Amino acid sequence: MALSPTGRRRAGWADPLFRVGTGAVAVLVIAIVVGILAVLVNDSMLSVRKFGLSFWRTRVWDPVAGDFGALPFIWGTLYSSVLALLIAMPVALGIAIFLSELCPRWMRQPLAFLTELLAAIPSIVYGLWGIFVLAPAVRTLQVHTPDALRGTPFFSGPPLGVGMLAAALILAVMVIPFTATVAREILKAVPVSQREAAYALGATRWEAIRLAVHYGRIGILGAVMLGFGRALGETMAVTMVIGNNPQVALSLFAPQHTMAAVIANEFTEAADALYLNALVEIGLVLFLITVVINGLSRFLIWRMVRVRPARVVAPVKVPLAA
Amino acid sequence: MNAILRQTGHVRALAILVVTAVLSACSGGQTPPSGQASPALPGQGAPAAGGADQINGAGATFPYPIYSKWFSEYTKSHPDVRINYQSIGSGGGIRQLTAQTVFFGATDGPMTDEQLKSAPGPIVHLPTVLGAVVPVYNLPDVTGDLKFSGPLLADIYLGKVKKWNDPAIVKENAGVKLPASDIAVAHRSDGSGTTYIFVDYLSKVSPEFKQKVGVATSVNWPVGVGGKGNEGVAGVVKQTPGSIGYVELIYALQNNIAFGAVKNKAGAYLKASLESVTAAAAASAASMPADFRVSITDADGKDAYPISSYTWLLLYESPTDKAKGKKMVEFVRWAITDGEAYAKDLGYAALPDSVVKLEQDALGKIEVQ
Repeated sequence: MALSPTGRRRAGWADPLFRVGTGAVAVLVIAIVVGILAVLVNDSMLSVRKFGLSFWRTRVWDPVAGDFGALPFIWGTLYSSVLALLIAMPVALGIAIFLSELCPRWMRQPLAFLTELLAAIPSIVYGLWGIFVLAPAVRTLQVHTPDALRGTPFFSGPPLGVGMLAAALILAVMVIPFTATVAREILKAVPVSQREAAYALGATRWEAIRLAVHYGRIGILGAVMLGFGRALGETMAVTMVIGNNPQVALSLFAPQHTMAAVIANEFTEAADALYLNALVEIGLVLFLITVVINGLSRFLIWRMVRVRPARVVAPVKVPLAA
Repeated sequence: MNAILRQTGHVRALAILVVTAVLSACSGGQTPPSGQASPALPGQGAPAAGGADQINGAGATFPYPIYSKWFSEYTKSHPDVRINYQSIGSGGGIRQLTAQTVFFGATDGPMTDEQLKSAPGPIVHLPTVLGAVVPVYNLPDVTGDLKFSGPLLADIYLGKVKKWNDPAIVKENAGVKLPASDIAVAHRSDGSGTTYIFVDYLSKVSPEFKQKVGVATSVNWPVGVGGKGNEGVAGVVKQTPGSIGYVELIYALQNNIAFGAVKNKAGAYLKASLESVTAAAAASAASMPADFRVSITDADGKDAYPISSYTWLLLYESPTDKAKGKKMVEFVRWAITDGEAYAKDLGYAALPDSVVKLEQDALGKIEVQ
């Protein structure tokens, strides 16, 4: 009976008010997303009507002739993001594991701070670094690539420096701090009891770490998807190093293009209605692809949770089997 | 216990997510030159109106340095006139002027008949200064300036001339030892008046280029890599031996980038300079159409640099706000006379006198009473 009647009354209206307030903010998010979708659809109608579904599989992007297709941009966006993720994931996980499990205590805070600092660098700065440092370095690498490799479709083309490889590398550098920071928080949140249980069963340090990673796998997957989302939408740094040539090519050395980059590049000067609509439709395509990818990652998480509901049991098996 | 710990973990992860999202949003916001977020859709986003007497304009980025100089100088002598200019690109300027969200526009390529028709009223083109586009290249072993003809540049950008020692290049550059390396072609990836001027010239001198590529601020390039902005193209060229690109004359001058000479219609090889650009304007002044929508690329005259162009301010012939219209007309009169003195220092070529005279007459016809 600690509460006075007044205190009780205040709690009486404060709770619903808080609920309504936070609820309104949550509804606002939905409204914003629906609003974005509505505007994208509305402002791309000309292009949607004219090209229909072929917009998704046409390779031509010709503003002069008024002929537009999104395939090279879809390809470039997905290819660069997947490559970036492949490069970034091991590094980011390594950083996260080191920081949460192995790092000496005095180094932990400074290292974590530096990782987070990387995330705050504006992308234009990354882009300029890409033009003046990364691209020449990639070019040197290309010049010294053995001819046997150059003959394969993955490494064909002249050494230009700018291109898919430079874009994937710069994206990886930009994605790493995001993924590493979130993954570290996840690992830190793994209960000490889990580790203690592993050690009690005679697990080595390596096995205990595997257990912790396994325990936090859902959160870590979330961290990876966050990085992927960042890579999909990154614009400025990518456009400065990818070469901006709309083509569907496997080669890491070939200049290619992305959806976000073509919008940033051409929107300001697009005065013709169809051209503008086609650019907005690229935005719509990017929106839909992002929705699908987020949905897929949700599905993946849902399956993980469903297949192995007994979290405590499963991890213990791992060190034993190892 | 476990559940609670997990909960806190989630909350923390969420907090990090929010923080990182905010950070990335901030970093996005710190890059206004890219114009990612700022260019408004038609019908919205008029530049923030300050005082009641503020005149808002938007458009081309190429003349932005001289326009901002003009506006600040003019306000010093005319404190009652405040002009706010957003350099969002020519296309954006035309869109906003047509939607009447700005009082005046600015463009590097004249409006098309179709665009003029879709505007709510007749629009006047007012030339202000001139610029030029120059070919830049990176051949470490070549000393001295390379020479290009228009058709040669067109063939390089069509991907037909692939090697530096191609007979077509050797023919223009007798005595220069050219390497047998591939030509790496660089062009602008962003829609740009610079591209417009360059492809306008190439289309005039090469029927094949006109048919395959055409003229616009963004085109479908058959070959090459796209660099964003002048700095993007210059960056690629600087770091790639055997490359060729094109940038604005001002950019090449300010950054000490070597550029080639181009053969003009009279057959003379000229390097772009403020004088040779003004000469191109003077040569075509006699045939200036009444609406000033003229392309002066490939101009006549042996002193005329062939890849030159005007840049224009756009005003409604009968502005809705007569008081602002009057102020704007007075400003343009000042800009094309006294204001031209600032052009040279900023790397722009001044209008020829004959064009200034024609424009004075045109300004008199704008209905501001």
